[in-house]
Amino acid sequence: MIPVTLEHYLIVSVLMFSLGLAGVMLRRNALVVFMSLELMLNASNLALVAFSRFNGNLHGQIFVFFIITVAAAEVAVGLAIIVALFRRRQTVQVDEINSMRL
Amino acid sequence: MQDQLFWFFSIAMLLSGVLVVLGRNPVTSALFLVLSLFFMAGLFVLLEAYFLAIIQILVYAGAVIVLFLFVIMLLDLKTENVRQFKRFGAGGALLVAGALAWKLASVVMAMPAADAKPVVGTTEAMGKLLFTQYLLPFEVTSVLLLIAMVGVVSLSRKETK
Repeated sequence: MIPVTLEHYLIVSVLMFSLGLAGVMLRRNALVVFMSLELMLNASNLALVAFSRFNGNLHGQIFVFFIITVAAAEVAVGLAIIVALFRRRQTVQVDEINSMRL
Repeated sequence: MQDQLFWFFSIAMLLSGVLVVLGRNPVTSALFLVLSLFFMAGLFVLLEAYFLAIIQILVYAGAVIVLFLFVIMLLDLKTENVRQFKRFGAGGALLVAGALAWKLASVVMAMPAADAKPVVGTTEAMGKLLFTQYLLPFEVTSVLLLIAMVGVVSLSRKETK
């Protein structure tokens, strides 16, 4: 079996990112779109941790730490927006939200 | 052993990612997202980022997913009875995602090979870095969290007028 190198981790990260992108474009449910966004964020985290490991310094891991923090804040705000939207429109399907009027 | 674990974690992570995207019920999607993030934490352990693995589990499984499930159950969504992919849109989405994956993979393949270098004392060293070189971003992040909290409270408040 070939040894696992940096490329393997990066390819996994690439696949994960594309999967998240496909989810964002495929799904109509705003919540699932949001989960796919989380997948994309995590894919970039994996790439950064792999780079950090194979460069022998910790700057990549510090970056991931900040990304996780910002992602948590982003999830809280995004879900609050979805809840506010649902109160107005009684739907979370993104293709039914096609007007900027309240 | 480590190589087998890498294959196990990454294949399981990608499979549960696929199930997140394809799941019909948002609750199952959320639960497969937790599973996917757990396997990601396993990959972090393999990369000797122990602190981040713990943070990943605590923040995502402990906070983010709870928030997701709470909102899904609060909104009381009906499950989608028909799979709502339009053929043209789905084809276009898969095409774009596939093109991106192919392009990024070709960039990765063109990179020079690198050897794993040992990283010593990750948690302690990370703390040192965080409070010396990255002190300003660290403090700015706390302000960002405060702003997010205020924003969430004002967004989700019921209008009293």
